Amino acid sequence: MSNEALTNDKLPGEKTIAKSAAMTEKLYQLGVLLSLILLCAVMSVLSPRFMTMDNLMNVASQAAVSAIVSIGMFLAILTAGIDLSVGSVLALSTMMMGIASDRWGWGPYPAILVCLGSGALLGLANGLLLTKLRLPHPFISTLGMQKMARGIALFVTAAAPISMFPEEIQFLGNNSIGQVPVSFILVAILYIGMYFFLTRTSTGRYIYAVGGNKEAARLSGIKVNGILNLVYTMSGLTAALAGLVLAGRVNAVYPLAGLDYETDAIAAVIIGGASFFGGVGSIGNTIIGVLLIAVLRNGLNLLNVDSAFQTFAIGAVIVVAVAVDVLRQNVMKSAR
Amino acid sequence: MVADGILLRVKGLTKKFPGVVALDGVDIEARAGEIHGICGENGAGKSTLIKMLTGAYTPDSGTIEFDGVTYTSLDPRRAMGIGIGCIYQELNLIPHLSVAENIFLGREMYLAPSFNLLDRAQMNAKAAELLADLGLAVSPTARLGTLGVGHQQMVEICRAVWSNAKLIIMDEPTSSLSEKEAHDLFRVMAQMKERGVAILFISHRLDEVRENCDTVTVMRDGRTIESFVMKERSVADIIQLMVGRSIQNKYPKERAPHGDVVLSVRNLNRKGVLHDVSFELRAGEVLGFAGLVGAGRTETARAITGADPYDSGTIEVFGKQVKIRQPIDSINAGIAFLTENRKEQGLILIQSVAFNATIVKMHKYGKAGWLSLKRLRDIARKICSEMRLKTSGMDMLVGKLSGGNQQKVVIAKWLLSNARIFIFDEPTRGIDVGAKVEVYKLINQLVAGGAGVIIICSEMEEVMGMADRILVMHEGEITGEMTQEEATQEKIMYAASGFKQAS
Repeated sequence: MSNEALTNDKLPGEKTIAKSAAMTEKLYQLGVLLSLILLCAVMSVLSPRFMTMDNLMNVASQAAVSAIVSIGMFLAILTAGIDLSVGSVLALSTMMMGIASDRWGWGPYPAILVCLGSGALLGLANGLLLTKLRLPHPFISTLGMQKMARGIALFVTAAAPISMFPEEIQFLGNNSIGQVPVSFILVAILYIGMYFFLTRTSTGRYIYAVGGNKEAARLSGIKVNGILNLVYTMSGLTAALAGLVLAGRVNAVYPLAGLDYETDAIAAVIIGGASFFGGVGSIGNTIIGVLLIAVLRNGLNLLNVDSAFQTFAIGAVIVVAVAVDVLRQNVMKSAR
Repeated sequence: MVADGILLRVKGLTKKFPGVVALDGVDIEARAGEIHGICGENGAGKSTLIKMLTGAYTPDSGTIEFDGVTYTSLDPRRAMGIGIGCIYQELNLIPHLSVAENIFLGREMYLAPSFNLLDRAQMNAKAAELLADLGLAVSPTARLGTLGVGHQQMVEICRAVWSNAKLIIMDEPTSSLSEKEAHDLFRVMAQMKERGVAILFISHRLDEVRENCDTVTVMRDGRTIESFVMKERSVADIIQLMVGRSIQNKYPKERAPHGDVVLSVRNLNRKGVLHDVSFELRAGEVLGFAGLVGAGRTETARAITGADPYDSGTIEVFGKQVKIRQPIDSINAGIAFLTENRKEQGLILIQSVAFNATIVKMHKYGKAGWLSLKRLRDIARKICSEMRLKTSGMDMLVGKLSGGNQQKVVIAKWLLSNARIFIFDEPTRGIDVGAKVEVYKLINQLVAGGAGVIIICSEMEEVMGMADRILVMHEGEITGEMTQEEATQEKIMYAASGFKQAS
């Protein structure tokens, strides 16, 4: 009843309103892109080093890891959930790879499989905690997993890092094809693949459906629990994959890897226009959010801003992005 | 109190939203001690009007004169302060607190105000008094969540009484009440009226308006069309004013030939909810479920469709016994369940018409697993144009459609699921008069095409108007069965009250 005045099909305004809501979305996306460009412009004025090839490559390769983590986070947020365990899953998966390679003497490919498999399993565990054990919100299950996975990662080598990996393991993080780093190509493939998965397969559409209205999705015959398990498994898998890139780049794995990565990923996804209320968002915009955060961090570094303030700035960005999300939802609602 | 007895005088109230004039110069007068009905189709502007009176919206122009003082706008605090109370469709109470705590929420009584020390004993005593005044056998210390919706609403009324409301606005107060609960509500409303309280009663149920209102104002397209004394007019007059045209046939029922049994339910049980529910549905038949709210009708539908589990019983679809554990099982068997809450359970409001319409069988539309968005739109467009859905396009968000059009999207969705058995739970709830007739016609088309249809209706007129055969439920049991010809309101009420049919 609250919105009846504006939903009547006889009112001539219906079309305009649908358009104006779509416009609001478009404007927002344009706004995010413009903020990124503006931020780059400001940075290049403030610091002559910003626009150098070296620095941009550095930003991009740091962004690559975050971009991959953000895919899983995007999926979780799309289902109105969250995955707080991505950083720890990244650490534990890569530690397992290090142990397989270094201690057990496994070949590089089996070791990579151990990494990805660990990530997927930890993700699935997140999913099952939610769907089978029926913990009230993924915030709880993934927060628990965050601590448990980090604890195990620290325990398995008594907190010691493992380094010196074979070339195959370093390939994703350290190699280039021509001038283009392999990690960039990987990110491009993952994002394009994910775009098509989400928009052109029924499973992808069902993820949106579950996020948009869980009960309606269930009554429409969608196996909601299966979708949720899949989403958290994919989130674990992308976290492990990001870990593989990171391990290749620094040629080491360490138990405190990926600390606080969930914060940046959440910020990137929300800035990218996905809604905490679920069911809304596009993977293409997530990459813009990732770049925005990466440029912000890099710029603050270049300007020698105290890391304490950097932490503050990222926090502020998250709060602002979520506040804008709430505002947008209200605009959408009142437009109905 | 003002001299002429007019408590509320709304003059020229106007409110515009981007692209729409929601209210266009509305005038209403309400006297102390009267029940004033406000009627209008969805979108007529009733809710917007209420929101101005309760201070949720600010008018663009016009005035609200209340108790002799003229305001150009109100805010929620002030509206409450001057004595305007509102009982919304969705109750604004806290289920985990006690009845008394809810009544006094925000206006508590204190033992020692400076220490924030509550006087529980006095509040419970006062609450008991308020409840007894309204003739309610409810303990003030009972947890609110344990009460039925009807009683919860009464608690809201107690809140309004305690705040000394002079005007109580009731927005569709009976929509989720059983007939008995509604009856209790009307008794309380009459009592309030005796005490000089003015009540604005907004309802889609015109028989209730006729029975209980002294004066009625009809709204249409954001304007007040006419105010009149109810006794001097008929329901048909109201409908005509509401739609601006006369509706010839409220229930355009067409019978279809009955075929084989398509659904056979035997001894369906769910502990504390359903008890030995057995019935059959034939192709081409419209089977109506009547009964009070909570009688187990929705629960029966939910058990058959896998929305809720059941303990024992057999379900046969097209002569084949099926085990239904989750919704997908019943969907695969050819059953569609059109839930009573479209917005919460039927649709994904933030998705497009095409998405919602094609959701059930989406995995079947792809080529090698890849969907063509154009194909989905085409499929949706075809079915929606057959149903004459009014929308600006298949990409339109479903949340922005009217109630009637949303219901059409739900029906389109289940038509595309290839269902042959359709279970409608409150098929026309929250839909305006014109769109209701269209839904009835769609039901006619379904049975004409050989489908079996079950309708669960809380409006007796509707079930009597549309069903070939009526089953009546009471406390989880089927207590009566009658054909359309045999059915009378009295017979249905008798069975719905738990008296087994004398056969």
